[in-house]
Amino acid sequence: MMLAADVTSPTFSWNLVADFQDMWSYAFMVNAFRAGLVVSVVCALVGWFMVLRRQTFAGHTLSVAAFPGASLAVLVGFSTSLGYFGFCVAAALVIGLLGRKGRADGAEESAVTGTVQAFALACGYLFISLYKGLLEGPTALLFGSFLGITTSQVTVLAVVGAAVLAVLAVIGRPLLFASVDPQVAAGRGVPVQALNMLFLVLLGAATAEASQITGTLLVFALMVIPAATANQLTARPGLSLLLSVALGLGACWAGLVAAYYQPYPLGFFVTGFAFAGYVLAHLVRRGREALERSRERGPLHVGPLSVGPGGAA
Amino acid sequence: MMSVLSQDFFQNALLAGTFIALACGLVGYFLVLRAQMFTGDALSHVAFTGAMAALAGGYDLRLGLFAATIGVGLLLGGLGRRGKPDDVVIGSVFAWILGLGAFFLTVYTTSRSGSGQGGAGTSVLFGSIFGLHGNQTTLAVAIAGAICVLILLIGRPLLFATLDEAVAAARGVPVRVLGLGFLVLVGACAAEATQAVGSLLLLGLLAAPAGAAIRLTDRPFRALALSAGLAVGEMWGGLLLSAALPKLPPSFTIMAAASAVYALTFLVRPRRAIAPDGGVNVKVP
Repeated sequence: MMLAADVTSPTFSWNLVADFQDMWSYAFMVNAFRAGLVVSVVCALVGWFMVLRRQTFAGHTLSVAAFPGASLAVLVGFSTSLGYFGFCVAAALVIGLLGRKGRADGAEESAVTGTVQAFALACGYLFISLYKGLLEGPTALLFGSFLGITTSQVTVLAVVGAAVLAVLAVIGRPLLFASVDPQVAAGRGVPVQALNMLFLVLLGAATAEASQITGTLLVFALMVIPAATANQLTARPGLSLLLSVALGLGACWAGLVAAYYQPYPLGFFVTGFAFAGYVLAHLVRRGREALERSRERGPLHVGPLSVGPGGAA
Repeated sequence: MMSVLSQDFFQNALLAGTFIALACGLVGYFLVLRAQMFTGDALSHVAFTGAMAALAGGYDLRLGLFAATIGVGLLLGGLGRRGKPDDVVIGSVFAWILGLGAFFLTVYTTSRSGSGQGGAGTSVLFGSIFGLHGNQTTLAVAIAGAICVLILLIGRPLLFATLDEAVAAARGVPVRVLGLGFLVLVGACAAEATQAVGSLLLLGLLAAPAGAAIRLTDRPFRALALSAGLAVGEMWGGLLLSAALPKLPPSFTIMAAASAVYALTFLVRPRRAIAPDGGVNVKVP
C-alpha cells in the first residue's frame, strides 16, 4: 500500500532475471518470499485435511482469533508472533472442548462458533482502539502486508511450520482414516477424539502462520482454496496433497510479485490468484465430465471432495 | 454520564440500535434454527465488500450494503440448500470477495488523496453507531421495523418449513419461496446491522441472543420473543456501558454484553432443551 510512495514505483520489465534481482535486493522482499514458502506449504497441507474434515467454519473462527492476538501484542508490546500463536492455539483448544459435546453441524454448535468469532473480533477492535500509537491501522492486520516481516519472524515461522508438518506426518495416516470414516476408525482402535483435538491445534498454528501473510480475514485463501482446487482436479489423496501445495505456493508467490508492483494489498492478490485457479479447475472438471459423458463410459465422475476410503488404503 | 445520555448522538444510537437489535434477534433465531450461521457469516463479508465498492465508485455506502447483501442472499437461495459440500464453495468464494473488499478499500483511500479517509474501512468493519445522524436514524428505524414486520408475517410458515421441510411442503407451504425470502431478509438485516456494529461483528448479534434463547426455552414462539428481547436488552446494556466508559467502543460493549449473556445461559440452564445427539429439540406448535 505504501510501497508506491516508499520505493520509486518499480515497473515490471518482463526481463524476469533482472526483475527478480531487483526485487530481492530488498531484505523485506526476500523475507516475504521465504515466509510465503513456509506458510503456503503448511497451509496447503493442513487446509487439505480441514476441507476433508468439513471444518471450514471452525477454521475461519480460528483464523479470526489471530486478530485480537496480534492487536493485544501490539497494545501490550510483546512479540506479535507470540500473540498470533497464543490466541489461535487457545481458541483451538476452546473449540475442541466445545465440539466434544455435540456434532459440528448442530444448530447450537454454530451459534457458539458464531458468538466466539464475533467476540474475538470485538476484542481485537477494542485493543486496536485502546492503542493510539503509530499503528498503521487495523487494515494491515486484517488484510495482510508483507512490509513488516522480519528475519526473526521468518525463523519462528519456519520452526513452527516444521513442527506442524512433523506432527502431521506422524498422525497423517490415522487422521485420514478417522476423517474418512470416523466410526470404523474408532472401532479399529484409532483415538478419533484425541486426533480431532490435536488436529484443531495444528489448524490453529497454521492459521496463525498464514495470518501474518494474508491478514486474519483472508487466511481462507491459503487454507481452503488450494485444497478445494486440488480436489476438483484429482480424487487421489497423495496427488491432491501435492497439487494443493503447488497451487498454494503459486498463488502466494504470484501475489507477492503482483503486490510489489501494484499499490494494492497483498491479500487481494493472493485471494484473487487462488480463486482464479479454483474457477479454472472447476471449468476443467466440467469439461472433463462432459467429455466422459459424450464417450458414454458410465458414471466415472468423482465428486469434488469424494476421497473414498479405497484411495486412502 | 447523564450529560451523555441527553446528547443527540446517544439518543439516535439508542433508537436505531433498539430496532436493529429487534430485527437481528428475530432473524437470528431462524438463522440458528435453520443452521445457516455460515451463510450469515458469508453475508457479513459481502456487506464489507459492497460498502467498499460503493464508496470507491462514489455512491452512498448504504446502497452498496443493501445491493450486495440482498443480491448474494438471493444468489445463495437460488443455488439451493445443497447441504454440507457447499461449505467449501462458500469458503472459497468469500475469501475472494473479502480480498476484493480490501482492493476497493485501497482504491477508495488512495483515490481520495489518502489521508483522513482510512477510517471509512474501519467504521464499516466495526460499526459506528454513535455516528448516526437524525435522518439516518429515521431510515434505520424504518428499515429495521419493516424487517421485523415481514419476519413476523412469515414466522409461522417459516417455522413449519424449518422444523419439518417435507411435511410442510406436502401441506402446501411454499418452502422454497420462504427460504429465498428469508435469505433476502437476512441480507437486509446484515446490511442494516453493519451500520451499528460493523460487518465483522454482526454475526454475534445474530448468533448470541438466539443461541441463548434456544438454551432457555424450547417453545418456538417464546424463544423468538426471548431472542428479540435479549438482543434489545444487550444493545441497551452495551450502549449504556459505552456511555459510562468512553474508552470502550460501543461495538465492543454490545458484543461483550451479548457474549456474556450467552455464556451465563451455559451456567444457569439445566440441559432440557438439548437433544441427546447435541441438536436442538424444538416442540412443534
